[in-house]
Amino acid sequence: MTGLVSRRNLLVGGGSLLLAGCDRVSSSPTVRETLSLGERASRSAQRWLIGDRQALASEFTRADLSPVFRVNGSAHVTAADYMRHAANGFADWTLVVDGLVAQPLSLSLGALRAAPSRTQITRHDCVEGWSAIAEWTGVPLGLLLRRAGLSTRARYIVFHCADSLAGKPYYESIDLVDAFHPQTILAYAMNRAPLPIGHGAPLRLRVERQLGYKHAKYVMRIEAVESLSGLHGGKGGFWEDAHDYQWYAGI
Amino acid sequence: MTMPDPVPPPALIYRTRLPVRLWHWTNALAVFVMLMSGLMIFNAHPRLYWGAYGANFDHAWLEIGSRGTTGYVTLFGVEIPTTGVLGYAMGTAEAFPPLITIPSHYDLATARLWHFAFAWALVIGWVLFCIYMIFSRHLWNTLLLSHEEMRGTSLWRDIKAHARLRLPRGEAARHYNPLQKIAYLLVLFGFLPLMVLTGLAMSPAMDAAWPWLLVLFDGRQSARSLHFLGAGALAAFIVVHLVMVVLAGPINELRSMITGWYRLPPERHMPEDRA
Repeated sequence: MTGLVSRRNLLVGGGSLLLAGCDRVSSSPTVRETLSLGERASRSAQRWLIGDRQALASEFTRADLSPVFRVNGSAHVTAADYMRHAANGFADWTLVVDGLVAQPLSLSLGALRAAPSRTQITRHDCVEGWSAIAEWTGVPLGLLLRRAGLSTRARYIVFHCADSLAGKPYYESIDLVDAFHPQTILAYAMNRAPLPIGHGAPLRLRVERQLGYKHAKYVMRIEAVESLSGLHGGKGGFWEDAHDYQWYAGI
Repeated sequence: MTMPDPVPPPALIYRTRLPVRLWHWTNALAVFVMLMSGLMIFNAHPRLYWGAYGANFDHAWLEIGSRGTTGYVTLFGVEIPTTGVLGYAMGTAEAFPPLITIPSHYDLATARLWHFAFAWALVIGWVLFCIYMIFSRHLWNTLLLSHEEMRGTSLWRDIKAHARLRLPRGEAARHYNPLQKIAYLLVLFGFLPLMVLTGLAMSPAMDAAWPWLLVLFDGRQSARSLHFLGAGALAAFIVVHLVMVVLAGPINELRSMITGWYRLPPERHMPEDRA
């Protein structure tokens, strides 16, 4: 019996040492840099496989809708400004489009609803592994960027959001390949109803070829930039800054 | 003095060529890292579904969870207590315990970093090894079963020999035996491609590039379930593989996979073997 226990202790102890070693390896910057070659290779390979860059994410029918689409990330926003807008149905809320554009825009929800729209039934894939299907209606992002006259210097589109997680403002960014993709829309409706607060009212991003954390909710301002380094933590998004999630979330 | 040695020393033969050994070890490393980081990724949402979608409110065919300090696995609606092994173990409420995950604590981003880096090692290794197997004819000479071996009677004889743990000796040990060939072929051309394709089917960008992936596996969540089951099958293969290495003589087998040189185990001299 003692033999068994000590062998077990030895196993667990040895295992813990090994684990500590593995974890130390994981946190070394050189190792992370080397491992991230895989991420960069995935991004290049996927962009190459997508070919004409307009390949569409699968679209579904209403029979495929998730019975319950779980709320994830921020479920509500506590910022005073936002709460005031929410209280009067976002009637005098506006979306700002600025940064490297010829003509900055300020658009009301009514103006966005009156613009040409796209409706798509798509699958939302969380980085954690779950998926949910919903119908989204919104304005193609490319349309707004063209109307604002995107500068040739712009390389990324940044989404500034009203919500905060762990005291830090949520934001996300995508490159122009995804920004001008036909399925990349700013959705104001979900399953034919106004976008609920839990899912990012009044406006959220849908960027269908990437994972859920890229789909910024509560979008207040869209900024065209040349580089992501000057924004917040510099990695291009809340999860990227806070937990080192991959900026390219196509896989 | 004039009597010759009645039992000549067993012959050393060069059995495992360098490309096979290189692939074996890079693949072994890649599979281990991918299994362990994959378990960490699974811990982020320890529920599995069939179909296109699946999340907390949908029916899961498998769930690993915990209540306080008790762990459980729910399989097809049947709850099995697994405290100390799955759901709750080593003082942590994770589906798979820290001892077998990379990293050992909850860190989805780092697990994904390891998983996708070694996925490239696995895929590149597999492609290079396939090219080698075709051009060197390793596939035909070493792995594919001969007509004689594919006959039912010969397979049955091999199954019986394995069941009695009587592994081939002498000249017969020069080559892989039929069940061994089938196991290697299943891993090489069945499970490894299945793992890569079901893995790709979970990528939203790949689903746009190759929509047939979703048709092939009947949706992303089915692909995720198959990815998990495939990983289980590979883990089972590794266990059996290691047991067979131990039974066949671990030193000799390891030397063969490191240096290429293998000592043929001497023939058994028992009448029943000649029957």
